Amino acid sequence: MTAALFIEQLLNGVQFGVMLFLIASGLTLVFGIMNFINLAHGSLYMTGAFAAAVTQRLTGSFLLAILVGMIVAALMGALLEQLVLRRFYARNHLDQVLATFGLILIMNEATRIIFGPTPLRMNLPEALSGSIQIMPGVPYPSFRLAILAVGLAVAGALYVIIMKTRMGMWVRAGASNRAIAAAMGVNVPLVFAGLFAVGAAFAGLAGIMAGPILSVQVGMGEPILILALVVTVIGGIGSIRGAFVAALLVGVVDTFGRVLLTPALGSMVIFMLMAAILAFRPKGLFAVHG
Amino acid sequence: MAELSAPPRKTRDWIAPAILVVLLALVPPISLALGDPFLVKVATRVVVFAIVAVALDLVVGFGGLVSLCHAGLFGIGGYVVAILAFHDFNAEPIFGAWSGTSNLAISLPLGAVFAAVIAAIVGAISLRTSGPYFIMITLAFNQMFYYAAVALQKYGGEDGLQILSSVTLAGIDVSNRYRFFYVALAGLALTLIVITRMAASRFGIILRAAAANETRVVAVGVAPWAYRLVAFIVSGFFAGMAGALLAASQQFISPVDMAWDRSGDFVVMAVLGGIATVWGPVIGAAAFIVLELALSSWTQHWHLAFGFIILMVVIFLRGGLADLTRMVRPRAAGGAHD
Repeated sequence: MTAALFIEQLLNGVQFGVMLFLIASGLTLVFGIMNFINLAHGSLYMTGAFAAAVTQRLTGSFLLAILVGMIVAALMGALLEQLVLRRFYARNHLDQVLATFGLILIMNEATRIIFGPTPLRMNLPEALSGSIQIMPGVPYPSFRLAILAVGLAVAGALYVIIMKTRMGMWVRAGASNRAIAAAMGVNVPLVFAGLFAVGAAFAGLAGIMAGPILSVQVGMGEPILILALVVTVIGGIGSIRGAFVAALLVGVVDTFGRVLLTPALGSMVIFMLMAAILAFRPKGLFAVHG
Repeated sequence: MAELSAPPRKTRDWIAPAILVVLLALVPPISLALGDPFLVKVATRVVVFAIVAVALDLVVGFGGLVSLCHAGLFGIGGYVVAILAFHDFNAEPIFGAWSGTSNLAISLPLGAVFAAVIAAIVGAISLRTSGPYFIMITLAFNQMFYYAAVALQKYGGEDGLQILSSVTLAGIDVSNRYRFFYVALAGLALTLIVITRMAASRFGIILRAAAANETRVVAVGVAPWAYRLVAFIVSGFFAGMAGALLAASQQFISPVDMAWDRSGDFVVMAVLGGIATVWGPVIGAAAFIVLELALSSWTQHWHLAFGFIILMVVIFLRGGLADLTRMVRPRAAGGAHD
């Protein structure tokens, strides 16, 4: 492997990692605070991608597509939370799995009815369709660099909000001990509803950014959801820092696994990594709950 | 969650499963009388999925552990049968020495045992965790098995593997649909017998007690890990056996048979039937497949209706269809659903 290829794959890996982080960040906080397993989080990723693809087709503007995609995903997340999911916070995990599994079927089929079975295409915005020389003789697609920048910016902003602001403190308090946080006067259900919508918007953003690279189609959310679950588990449920480290780890290992190993091993290497980490740290790398 | 009680009175325990098996055994004669072989095809599917749903019930209903990797274990059993038949048909030695087999008397137990071995590995890792971690890890393992099957280029990869040789059972040709049905039904009967006995034994009581209150079980001096692992392995064994039966019955196995959403389907079947009893999932599997057939003949967008039905069942019918018997016989033991 040459240095140029190595750098290119490393960037690919980090870029995939930040995308996973966008999905996993919402997922891990939802788990952490409400102890709620939401398999339908991938549907919000899909919702964002579809809303953006349609907006782009209608208006031709990629920026507007991002905005609409994120808003629609956030609204959909808030709607799901209010109508269905909040009934299941107090239920056991089995009921949560079943309910969100049912939601996946509904969301996927509804999307197929509305948009048809053929995948939608999203075009790269004009300004980002070229490539940039990251090193002499090593061109890299500028759109992928943009994803990287957006992902890192979101991660940074999230870090500041969660670690440095009062709202972030409520979220962290809720994640480490919901009952005590509530006793200290934190309105946990309200914090949670807001958090859910923000998590949905991030998942939608990830879907929008994946749109021009992969295709926008029904069922696109589930494979990425499972990887995001792996990230959440490796990082430790409820830990935003864990999700970030694990997302980069998973992104880089997955990318290099696919380049260096046979296809069989390449697609399984992430799961082996997860098994190896959990064998030593069953609660993940950055366990929040003792 | 199954009710924690003294070992139940033996005979009453066997009434419901016996009735179910006898009812299923009546399907082929009815199908012959009506001249409708499709009925047996559907019933075979019901029986095969009922085996997995009952096996899953041991882990989910009695162990309180939601496993989302049973489709993977199911598929592993199927692939063992299909791969052995592939080598038999092509007269191509496997591991250099053995030329494979199309004899189910050999490949079926092998498929089940291989799935049990994989279940032991998955269980040993996953059971170090609990709750949502366990669910997500088993889901990830299912995805790993799926990709492994897709990567089996030699055996069809994404397109799946067809069984071209005729499948026999110790010399008897079982490619006849009616004959095969009884082979599958025997498998279901065996599953029901083993799991009903396990559930009623001391082993089953500890399993249920650990699900109800792990701290108390540990305080009494029992480490639940080994019990859960054994339950997971037994469950994997029967899931693999069911997969082997499916591969033999449809002469085909593909990665789609072990996709993660199939794992979700299995959990739905178990819960739909009711996980407070061992036999409830048989009804769940039957209801699931009949519902699938009815809805899909009505509209191609049947998944939408199906999703709503699942939601409604989770919200309203918390003990599954087996709970309906409680409405008929209010004092019968149904079991609290945690």
